[in-house]
Amino acid sequence: MTLVLNSVEEALENVKDPEIDSVSIIDLGMVEHVEVEEGEAYVALLPTFMGCPALEIIEKNVKNELLTIEGVQSVKVKFIYSPPWTSDRITAQGRERLKDFGIAPPPTKMESTGEWHVDCPYCGSTYTTMDNIFGPTACRSILYCKSCKNPFEAMKPVSTM
Amino acid sequence: MMKTPEDVRAQGHEKALKELLLQLADDDFIVAYRGSEWLGLAPHIEEDVAFSSISQDTMGHATMYYQLLEDLGLGVANDLAHARKPEERRNAILLEEVNGPGHYLEEPRYDWAFAVVRHYFYTQAKKIRIDSLQASSYEPLSHVAIKVNTELYYHLMHWKTWFKQLMTIPGEARERMLSAVSRSMEDAGGILALGPHEKKMTEAGLIEGEEFLKKRWLHEVEAMCDDCGVQVTLEPMMKRGNGRALEHTEDLTDAIKTLSAVYRQDPAAIW
Repeated sequence: MTLVLNSVEEALENVKDPEIDSVSIIDLGMVEHVEVEEGEAYVALLPTFMGCPALEIIEKNVKNELLTIEGVQSVKVKFIYSPPWTSDRITAQGRERLKDFGIAPPPTKMESTGEWHVDCPYCGSTYTTMDNIFGPTACRSILYCKSCKNPFEAMKPVSTM
Repeated sequence: MMKTPEDVRAQGHEKALKELLLQLADDDFIVAYRGSEWLGLAPHIEEDVAFSSISQDTMGHATMYYQLLEDLGLGVANDLAHARKPEERRNAILLEEVNGPGHYLEEPRYDWAFAVVRHYFYTQAKKIRIDSLQASSYEPLSHVAIKVNTELYYHLMHWKTWFKQLMTIPGEARERMLSAVSRSMEDAGGILALGPHEKKMTEAGLIEGEEFLKKRWLHEVEAMCDDCGVQVTLEPMMKRGNGRALEHTEDLTDAIKTLSAVYRQDPAAIW
């Protein structure tokens, strides 16, 4: 059974964010709990933003991925809200993979005023400006790098503060 | 602490919880719909992106509340959102009002000042409610509130920024903002109301009482107006009725008809 559980955990690495295919749901810190009992795999996921239309796609992809494993006959996926997903759950590897995709990882600290700053994911310059705190998806913002003159996106910092 | 729907039933708080969840769900649902009608019409492209993102996220919050109602055995979340008649809805009247004269497909004469004031008033009221709900006696609801709170931060910051910027520009901007404030105040009482079952809700420890929530809202809005250097009469009223008591306007009937059109074509379809 432990072997099956290991395969399930490994397989979840193959489930990518449908819009950021360099990053897995493990990298994003969305996987809260995994168990396998008598051929049924149960995966509890934390949604990033509630309005995210990718949630249903992720659920389907988790099911398809896990059903390919020997010893898994059925898969149950549940989205849970506790603990709430926060951007510090993104792994170190996830932060690097976001950059590969051209998205700055969320800042690790915020000013008391709520302001935050990220460096350019392309050239590393710190000379960046916020263009729109709301980006193409709920979890991202649009910024501009004044050094390499590229627009880029950043993951929004999300905390329970 | 009530952890499951069974606990709620055992303690006799089912009615109060259902009423509260319907208010929370219906408010977010209709305000997200009105927000989405602005798509393509907002003052600039960045605002289009921001406003639609906020509306989509708000719809996600409504979905969570409808899901909690589904867990309580009230029916399927999708049906609760689309199939209920206007006279069964609990949303505040301020949130159902049209964005302005005209239709979004034809000559929309929407009022941006009203949009900013309505969304600021509502988001501030929502923030105060969510703060209270984080300590709700129904654990699944307190979890949802903690989740919503992480996202609400961005919504509130957004509407505060607009409110402040337009209110501090002398001339047409401030005049239209002031008139939107006094007009919105006539129905703002509705977003702060908990309705006929308030006592049951507070006794069950689901949320704090209306008076506490209202006081905090007034305090926040007053601080904002002070900050903008404007004096406004802070008297939230319910001139056109109380949505929590199922009182509504024609605007809600029209909105439900439009937003459920696709759903009604084939209610059994899986999207």
